[in-house]
Amino acid sequence: MTPDLIYGLTGIAVFGIGLVGALCAQDRLRRVLALKLCSVGAGFLLVVGAWREPPATPDPVPHALVITGIVVMVSATAVALALIRRLQTLEATDER
Amino acid sequence: MSVELSPMILAIFLPLFGAIVAFLMPRMAALIGLGTLAMTTGAVIWLAHEVLVTGAVVLPLGGWGAPLGIDLRADGLSVAMLTLTSAVGFLVSIAALDSLKGADQVRQRQYFWPLWLLLLTGMNGVYLSTDIFNLYVMIEVIALAAVGLTVLSGSRAALQAGLEYMYASILGALLFLMGVGFVYLQLGRLDFAGLSGAAPTGALVAALALIFVGLALKTALFPLHFWLPAAHANATAPASALLSGLVVKAALYIVLRLAQYMPFPSENLLTLVGLMGAGAVIWGGVQALRAERLKLLVAWSTVAQIGLIFVAFARAGELGLTESWKAAALLILAHGIAKAAMFLAAGRIKDEIGHDVIRDLDRTPIRPTLAQFTFALAAISLIGLPPSLGFIGKWALMEGAMAAGYWHWVAVTMVGTLLSVAYFSRVFAGFLRFDRVRAPVGEHQGWALADAAPLTLALMAIGLGLLAAPLLSFLEIGYPFGVAP
Repeated sequence: MTPDLIYGLTGIAVFGIGLVGALCAQDRLRRVLALKLCSVGAGFLLVVGAWREPPATPDPVPHALVITGIVVMVSATAVALALIRRLQTLEATDER
Repeated sequence: MSVELSPMILAIFLPLFGAIVAFLMPRMAALIGLGTLAMTTGAVIWLAHEVLVTGAVVLPLGGWGAPLGIDLRADGLSVAMLTLTSAVGFLVSIAALDSLKGADQVRQRQYFWPLWLLLLTGMNGVYLSTDIFNLYVMIEVIALAAVGLTVLSGSRAALQAGLEYMYASILGALLFLMGVGFVYLQLGRLDFAGLSGAAPTGALVAALALIFVGLALKTALFPLHFWLPAAHANATAPASALLSGLVVKAALYIVLRLAQYMPFPSENLLTLVGLMGAGAVIWGGVQALRAERLKLLVAWSTVAQIGLIFVAFARAGELGLTESWKAAALLILAHGIAKAAMFLAAGRIKDEIGHDVIRDLDRTPIRPTLAQFTFALAAISLIGLPPSLGFIGKWALMEGAMAAGYWHWVAVTMVGTLLSVAYFSRVFAGFLRFDRVRAPVGEHQGWALADAAPLTLALMAIGLGLLAAPLLSFLEIGYPFGVAP
């Protein structure tokens, strides 16, 4: 087992756990967190893919992709959380 | 380095700046929105003229050029999609002026315009990109704006649907991003020119499969359509028209584009795509038959129509792909125009009679006659009766399938057509049996200036069928792709 294989499999496992959570979880917040986990797994995989045996330097392009992915994910999470908050407020007023 | 004003730059940046200004000046949002839209439409017409005169246009941003920089490229297909977006968008905006005029809709009015302009930025960006990572960024811009439009009404049902849409969209984006990353790790390039001609190795096919599943989630291809009906049915009418007419087309366009640049991995996978499409045609049709509300019926019809577009894509197998994309493109254009018209008409009917329960459509003294007429015209194009654009698209689909001897796709199209006749007839029956409730003479017939925009769209959906030949030759400009210089 080379290090990149170990890290790669870890990335796939993290993505898989997130995917199961995103599809199966009932709680809204839990599903957002599961999707976050997915994104961590995906980013992990790409960073591992860019790794090169030491004297060589890693490929910077996948790193750039991952950074953009993180930025997109932050804004998407913010929107999802805002929607969840709004829904909870509406549900609270309905029940009253 | 020369600074040159290009219509492609304008088509992306005008709506972006318009969105920011409209957000900062909410009182003038409608004015800014319409102004920006008019200018963007002008830029698209300018671009269409350039493409007609010189063929495909390529613009290396900042003078860098691919693979280091990012190129924008416009050919017949891009310009057709841009024109669809501008034309439908403009008419939907005019309709939005009326349908968002209520005193309780101040917030909706304020947020509709920035979100819609942001959506336009993303869509124009998709149609001009030649780089798969750029595409990823643009579909994210689209997704965030589209979710915002879905929840515009602020109702609980809309918020729940919007949240489901958001989950599906995030997951689709992650799959797409992973696929893009893997493509890069395989080929070392992200631009279309670098992808063309790559040998379909197992790893590359897996990467493309990730991209495809991500796009299928975003365009709601059966069985990944679960989020669409609620999202499109619960949005306000102009937002529904934009979501159903335009937004799902962006991911569809990317599928067509990628298939043009990369050899499709295998016949079996293409058949699988066609089968998913066939599943959508049948499942969407059956659910539309069962829908109780008008807007939900229209939303399920979108699921069926998207399936039909994928059937058109797969209609003649791997070898036929060089022609099949044209049938798919025609159906995309036809559905974009007709579905926008239909959602706007359904919104008008709901506004006039106060509900959209299909069973009770014939129990109302008010007859929104012009909106009903618009709905029927749009249905004619969606069903595919001549001479509508929908007919031309279906004809192209079946012609190609017959020529290749793929009769099963012809059968699927026929079944889909019959189902669409059946579910739209449920609505027409409600429109036509107007003797159930007698109203006093001189009652308000429920047609207003607000019907003008949807009616124009519906007439376009019918009339463009007569212009099919020039439309097809326009689509072919710049195809097959040369390698970008």
